[in-house]
Amino acid sequence: MTDTSIPAPRRGVPLWAQIIIWAFLAGLLVIVALGLRRAQQGTVQPGQVIEDFTLPLYSGYEFDGRSEVHLEDLRGKVVVINFWASWCKPCEQEAADLQQAWSEYEPTGQVVFLGIDYVDTEPEARLYLKKFGITYANGPDLATRISQYFRTKGVPETYFVDKDGVLKYVQIGPFKSIEDIRAQIDPLLE
Amino acid sequence: MGSARIAFYFLLLTLVITGLWTGSASAQGPTPTDDEVNRIAKQLYCPVCESTPLDVCPTEACRQWRDLIRTMLAEGKSEAEIEQYFVEHYGARVLAEPPNRLATYLVPGIAILLGAFMLFRGFQMWMKPSITGAGEEAELGAEPDRDPYIAKLEEELKKQK
Repeated sequence: MTDTSIPAPRRGVPLWAQIIIWAFLAGLLVIVALGLRRAQQGTVQPGQVIEDFTLPLYSGYEFDGRSEVHLEDLRGKVVVINFWASWCKPCEQEAADLQQAWSEYEPTGQVVFLGIDYVDTEPEARLYLKKFGITYANGPDLATRISQYFRTKGVPETYFVDKDGVLKYVQIGPFKSIEDIRAQIDPLLE
Repeated sequence: MGSARIAFYFLLLTLVITGLWTGSASAQGPTPTDDEVNRIAKQLYCPVCESTPLDVCPTEACRQWRDLIRTMLAEGKSEAEIEQYFVEHYGARVLAEPPNRLATYLVPGIAILLGAFMLFRGFQMWMKPSITGAGEEAELGAEPDRDPYIAKLEEELKKQK
């Protein structure tokens, strides 16, 4: 071989610029990966402690006279969270059963039903609530924050949270009968 | 004479009722047309059917939203007020155009600039050897900014011939 004493030429992108570019690209990839992971995750899973949220309530559908309810305030009670909408036909299949179940469990004072109205308009929601004679606490999912936290895939979906705030069961789609609802609540009361 | 008086009072009553009805209707505002509703609706997307603008979406949820827009327009709400209501109730993702925030435009801008810079540098590096190759017949050293590595390589090749 011959002499290799050639001065190192200055070529390519400076190191600092390369680091910035690669860091930026890596950041973008991480964001895309997290988004894909979240999209494929499905709903929140049983065993997970449900974070606190605030549900504003429709007038006439308050909880203990309060116009909004915080999940944290319901620790010590079994909470049944039902996502629904007035435009949702499958929701109508279970509406009467949910109200019947609420009528049965309300006197015990150990169970709370929360209806979360997803992407709905209030006049139509009120007509729906009146049509099915629903009396438990109900309110809109403002800015879809609660449904985004639960990562709901549609309506109806129902989440059963135990007295410690741990999610125990997720019902995707409507209940077939009131027995299906009882079958999820009763074990949580023992 | 009597029948003329009855006719007069009947006419008077009709005018009074018509006046009252018109007055109450104008207090509520005229019913907005479909075009007025759709002008706002086409700027919104329902989260249930994400890829379809509200003005052409056939679902029940979207029909309810359009009815709500019509009601709000009849109540005298402005376009901005209606959009604000929808953002508050259903989130900013219902807007066809993202909210006017700095990051919304800054991040894509930076990404495009970085991409363009990388492309430019890559193109520069890719072009350099072929420019040198085109000047193969030229004397070495004739181009002051020639790549010293290529010059050395060509020198070695010449020696081997």
